[in-house]
Amino acid sequence: MSRVPRFLWLPAALAWLLVAVPIVGLVVRVDLSNFFSLVTSEAALSALWLSLKTGLATMVLCLLFGGPLAVVLARSQLPGLPFIRSVVLLPLVLPPVVGGLTLLFLLGRTGPIGGPLYDNFGITIPFSTTAVVLAQTFVAMPFLVVSLEGSLRTAGERYEAVAATLGASPLTTLRRVTIPVVLPGLVSGSVLAFARALGEFGATITFAGSLQGTTRTLPLLIYLQSQDDIDGAVAMSLVLVVIAIVVILVTRTRDVR
Amino acid sequence: MSRLSADVAVVRGSFELDVSLAVSTGEVVGVLGSNGAGKSTLLGVLAGLHLPSRGEIVLGERTLSSPDGSVPAYRRRVGLLSQQALLFPHLSAIDNVAFGPRSTGAGRRAARETAERWLAEVDASTLADRKPAQLSGGQAQRVAIARALACDPELLLLDEPFAALDVDATPAIRSLLRRVVRATGVTTLMVTHDVLDAVVLADRIVVLDAGRVVESGTTTEVLARPRSAFAARIAGLDLVPGQSCADGLKTDEGTLVAGTHPDPVDDGERAVALFAPASVAVFRDEPGGSPRTALPVRLAAMEPHGELIRLRAAPRPGGPDWLEGLAADVTPAAVAELGVEPGEEVWFAVKAAEVTVHPAGR
Repeated sequence: MSRVPRFLWLPAALAWLLVAVPIVGLVVRVDLSNFFSLVTSEAALSALWLSLKTGLATMVLCLLFGGPLAVVLARSQLPGLPFIRSVVLLPLVLPPVVGGLTLLFLLGRTGPIGGPLYDNFGITIPFSTTAVVLAQTFVAMPFLVVSLEGSLRTAGERYEAVAATLGASPLTTLRRVTIPVVLPGLVSGSVLAFARALGEFGATITFAGSLQGTTRTLPLLIYLQSQDDIDGAVAMSLVLVVIAIVVILVTRTRDVR
Repeated sequence: MSRLSADVAVVRGSFELDVSLAVSTGEVVGVLGSNGAGKSTLLGVLAGLHLPSRGEIVLGERTLSSPDGSVPAYRRRVGLLSQQALLFPHLSAIDNVAFGPRSTGAGRRAARETAERWLAEVDASTLADRKPAQLSGGQAQRVAIARALACDPELLLLDEPFAALDVDATPAIRSLLRRVVRATGVTTLMVTHDVLDAVVLADRIVVLDAGRVVESGTTTEVLARPRSAFAARIAGLDLVPGQSCADGLKTDEGTLVAGTHPDPVDDGERAVALFAPASVAVFRDEPGGSPRTALPVRLAAMEPHGELIRLRAAPRPGGPDWLEGLAADVTPAAVAELGVEPGEEVWFAVKAAEVTVHPAGR
């Protein structure tokens, strides 16, 4: 307490209140008598289920593709590495709606990839659950890559070099040394990516639309309900807040250890 | 266990390492050099962690590296022990030791048995279930020694294996490493900047300076009579070979050199007594007094050595050979007072407290 200059306390308190007060307001506003029926309505349950399902799928995709990308960024000596890294970070600063639009142009029925897919195989990606997962992966990927690359750099290559001198093949080294050593970063990165996917709105509504049971995730449902059924929207929001808090607690306690 | 022959060059910016060396089967060679001499680069190239710019490395029957290609590190069977133990933090001590055997195809049970045997060999059986975070630096290095040897390497590389240890832990780990390296008979190349490591562990020394071999020979030769300026700077010690005894060291013909034993060493074990030329006093007649060793010698040469004068000894007629080249650094005033000339007979005396006795040789 003594280390903090006095004049910083007021802006610090305001910053904290800016985040905390709306959350408290949300909790106060919840219609408790109808809360249970509001969050268990058919529309709510289907949105919650879709959100969890697509969130998990997004997390798996981030791990399968973002994990190797993090290794490349941390370990390789590719020439254009700074450029490659800034492209990976782009979704962090880009409005998600723009991300959704780019995906739509690329994978839409007339797009450079979506066109041939439809013409040759009859596959349509936009406005499907697959589109939800792709949109979420687009915005969530950097969270996993950044977190994991940081862990890989901190761990360094020393353990991997030792493993090689002990006769471990690159695959064995990855499985028995690299992954266990960076596991905390891998877990927190995955959880963050999952949380980001749960909250995704802009890219999803642009690229996947809002069809109940197929593409209407929890944030989309909340937005829709906030137009006419504000009680339902508030109740659903509280569910998302609780999930977010749990996720933050899980990752933070891991980081501290 | 195989013979190593390496003739490699590594160019990194303005630094160039160009080394040719051979290590016989079961031999322990020490590579001495200051920081930046290219020692660690050499080990990295031998282990397969860096590619040489050119050259050839042959271990036993196998060519590890040549212009035609390179065997990857994990197929070389070259073990590496560094300053830091670098135990895998998520594995217990015994799982760290079992890692090598497991990775090279041993079953779970067989690997564990090998690991138990090696932990016992380095007196670390009681540490088996501890995580690396719960081990002291010396304990971790014991486990790392067991881990490196449990893979049964054909060549063992030691990269300043005691540099990161507490001063208190070093002697015990150094004699442990000496014991297990001798017991396994593994061909070993050790880089170090500490003369003592070389005295205790190495049969032969190669001196590296600015990426080149400037000198090589048996440990006693190089350290007692360095030919390169660099070796003289790091070494220039007086060495007396013999057997350890309770009061210090006994030479083969029976002269007692009184000294202390900082490293654990058994009576009767081969050892060397080490002392600095500056701690040697020179007398015309046999000195008496405090516990000291007085050696009858013939003065062979006098040369300036900084602000002192270095007197070189030779054996008197019928005297033991090891007196040859023994040095004493004395002030010009003391030389004038003594009034001695090369060829005359004098006594070299050194106090027991100035002499350390270390296990060495076979």
